[in-house]
Amino acid sequence: MGLLSDPVRRRALARLVLRLNAPLWALPVAWLERTMRSVGLEVYTQSFSRKLPFPDETHERYMVSGTNVYGILRAPRAASTESLVLTVPCGSDSTNSQAVGLLLALAAHFRGQIYWAKDIIFLVTEHDLLGTEAWLEAYHDVNVTGMQSSPLQGRAGAIQAAVALELSSDVVTSLDVAVEGLNGQLPNLDLLNLFQTFCQKGGLLCTLQGKLQPQDWTSLDGPLQGLQTLLLMVLRQASGRPHGSHGLFLRYRVEALTLRGINSFRQYKYDLVAVGKALEGMFRKLNHLLERLHQSFFLYLLPALSRFVSIGLYMPAAGFLLLVLGLKALELWMQLHEAEVGLEEPGGAPGPSVPLPPSQGVGLASLVAPLLISQAMGLALYVLPVLGQHVATQHFPVAEAEAVVLTLLAIYAAGLALPHNTHRPLSCRVVSTQAPDRGWMALKLVALIYLALQLGCIALTNFSLGFLLATTMVPAAALAKPHGPRTLYAALLVLTSPAATLLGSLFLWRELQEAPLSLAEGWQLFLAALAQGVLEHHTYGALLFPLLSLGLYPCWLLFWNVLFWK
Amino acid sequence: MAAPLALVLVVAVTVRAALFRSSLAEFISERVEVVSPLSSWKRVVEGLSLLDLGVSPYSGAVFHETPLIIYLFHFLIDYAELVFMITDALTAIALYFAIQDFNKVVFKKQKLLLELDQYAPDVAELIRTPMEMRYIPLKVALFYLLNPYTILSCVAKSTCAINNTLIAFFILTTIKAAVHTCENEEQGLLDLFLGVCHDVCGKPSGNRLPLLLPSQLLGFHPRSLWLYCWVSPDFKLSCAVKEGLSVPDLTPNIGLFWYFFAEMFEHFSLFFVCVFQINVFFYTIPLAIKLKEHPIFFMFIQIAIIAIFKSYPTVGDVALYMAFFPVWNHLYRFLRNIFVLTCIIIVCSLLFPVLWHLWIYAGSANSNFFYAITLTFNVGQILLISDYFYAFLRREYYLTHGLYLTAKDGTEAMLVLK
Repeated sequence: MGLLSDPVRRRALARLVLRLNAPLWALPVAWLERTMRSVGLEVYTQSFSRKLPFPDETHERYMVSGTNVYGILRAPRAASTESLVLTVPCGSDSTNSQAVGLLLALAAHFRGQIYWAKDIIFLVTEHDLLGTEAWLEAYHDVNVTGMQSSPLQGRAGAIQAAVALELSSDVVTSLDVAVEGLNGQLPNLDLLNLFQTFCQKGGLLCTLQGKLQPQDWTSLDGPLQGLQTLLLMVLRQASGRPHGSHGLFLRYRVEALTLRGINSFRQYKYDLVAVGKALEGMFRKLNHLLERLHQSFFLYLLPALSRFVSIGLYMPAAGFLLLVLGLKALELWMQLHEAEVGLEEPGGAPGPSVPLPPSQGVGLASLVAPLLISQAMGLALYVLPVLGQHVATQHFPVAEAEAVVLTLLAIYAAGLALPHNTHRPLSCRVVSTQAPDRGWMALKLVALIYLALQLGCIALTNFSLGFLLATTMVPAAALAKPHGPRTLYAALLVLTSPAATLLGSLFLWRELQEAPLSLAEGWQLFLAALAQGVLEHHTYGALLFPLLSLGLYPCWLLFWNVLFWK
Repeated sequence: MAAPLALVLVVAVTVRAALFRSSLAEFISERVEVVSPLSSWKRVVEGLSLLDLGVSPYSGAVFHETPLIIYLFHFLIDYAELVFMITDALTAIALYFAIQDFNKVVFKKQKLLLELDQYAPDVAELIRTPMEMRYIPLKVALFYLLNPYTILSCVAKSTCAINNTLIAFFILTTIKAAVHTCENEEQGLLDLFLGVCHDVCGKPSGNRLPLLLPSQLLGFHPRSLWLYCWVSPDFKLSCAVKEGLSVPDLTPNIGLFWYFFAEMFEHFSLFFVCVFQINVFFYTIPLAIKLKEHPIFFMFIQIAIIAIFKSYPTVGDVALYMAFFPVWNHLYRFLRNIFVLTCIIIVCSLLFPVLWHLWIYAGSANSNFFYAITLTFNVGQILLISDYFYAFLRREYYLTHGLYLTAKDGTEAMLVLK
């Protein structure tokens, strides 16, 4: 019992705290400016502000405003045409202060060298990724996400590469590297090889996805661990989230990585000098670049830090899955064609008294309604939760973020109730006496082609997402038909719907990280993931939410429609 | 029939108006699939501002339109969106009336041939009835107005829409002239109109001259040729024609030219330009010989060939010949690959923006990927046109030789194209 047990009071208190907009911890801007200036950099600040579409409960922020501080180390003998960035994203607490210390130390060290041919920008951002996005948008003079930011006073040329640093303590046992960026974009493999080379040189332990490199690839353990790492990378890339500041740099064709210092229970610990040496080596190598990094692969999957799978090996898998859809569509076309030819023969002799329109005529006219209705549901799923959050909070005792998530789930479930209403008025128009199957076969044909198209386009831009959705949706889609064990097919279709895939992949992800979830925790995590997905779409332009709601959910509804065809 | 047409027009105008007001208009007007260097609205605005400054618009390498476009938009620049919506509506109305008259001609000809007993006895199911042909003009207007390609061209304010209007009126006047061949007082007016059409049709691409040939077949005198020389100031038009024929601008588009000429040495470019441009004109004579009794089908195939092989095609050109598909509805049973070809065209249309994004913005692909999709799209179009051509010829053969063919020894025979 207490103040927070009553939902109404809880809501009021939450609102009060958020509206106060009192920052609990702010970046010490003046101190940073002074220190950077004393090191010898050109220091500038940038202020930004953003009102999120609804309060973010994970980071506890709603109306965000902050200041980024960055110092430019000008190359002594070059023309400031290219630059490198070392960025330290600071969140709403002081968890990254060690990294700021390392940044300043590196700045002081770099200032004393004469071999720099590119400018180096040392960037400290507030509100981690929001600040980074504001800085990047102002630097490249675009406005993609509706952030209000002041223009930058100082620039340093085209950014060639960037490294983001996150350190939680002053000794580290290993360095974890994150490569997956926004919408599944990856940096050039050369940058990862660069990091791995310097870690080996300095004797630093480096991990990928939190896992060490397997030592022996001959027995079963090595490949199994590699498979776990690979699956983790697939899941992270499929989520389309920027797992670190580097993810936002990739959109502007700046190759970037995030390095996280992990302090775990190991005997041998490295201090920041070792980390600093690795970073210095990386920056010196990047300094030597004559062109942007483009020689190595852009599309790859990593089972270990020193091994990769290139796209030529894994793309055929997605291709074969989509071929299944294509062949199924071709089979349905042949069946529709045969049905039409079979109908014409007995009616041919007395002349075209019953004008049988070609199958495209019958198919197209009666298909428009289910297509329009499912697209409308998808549009409602995309637009209503954020638009209707205020209305929902007035009528129900929930906070705005909860309202958004619950509206999402409600509209999603409402779509399942549709099929019994859409095609009843249509079935009387279809030539149902002679070919009762033609209606659902035509709809399934269109749905199969629609699904194959979407999955193909998604697989080209974000392979992991395309593959994950293909493995779950293709079997259920190919099997859906009104005849046969309907409850079994319905269960299969519900289990492979986009939301269920998201839930399942959350469980799989935690399972692979050896921190399995109970059902209740998993459900909470799922709700949080939904809220984060919607937020990231509005703040960074992540495409997972619109793709699932406007593209895959209507397609899935069409298959649901086919399954419950009367 | 006016009410359904008016309804279709209202729906089409609503969709276009909604898109003009949305934030997508800016995005669409920069897509390379929808605008080309010859039809881009930005270049029209550039030319107009050059004219306002007193400089000849053709003095730079930016503006390649005909003087008619300048004259038209000099006064209507503020109502540009309205102009493009009206041109789309006019195209649809012109096609509607053209196909209505065409259907009457077809039915008359069919009746004549039936009475003359030219048809084989068992082709009853191939004969077309007025009832099935009733909705075809409406479907043609619908296909043109609600085609996503047309809507995209309109929202991007590509002058291809104006091109399409003039071609549609050309077809309308040709059909009407053929129907009323004996009425002399109309001849002069139609000639004048046709001359103006030819002026703009034989326009920057220089590739539309083949359209003259079908009109010749209908016994139509090209007195318009002298009008052609009179209306167009010579040096300006020759600039525009030279631009279309010599392909100096290699911006990627959905055509076949840009990739080849981007990687070709200067020494050989003249030869290959000639080879590529011959493709547009070359098929006219053989098709004219084969299709001399079916000029409208010939026009359809010719428009399609122009849309595929011209130097700077856009999706607006593709939309024009797609509008004719309902007219050949009766060929559906003879089309062999329609499913695969429809899938190819839809898949390629969706992959164009995806691979453009991967090439230009994400940097993980290169021009080969985009050109591969271009090639596939054009191959799909060529196969589609040849499928329709073959289906047309098959139907003609069956009409005169009977539906159930038997070989000399009485077994069932198969029709093979030699």
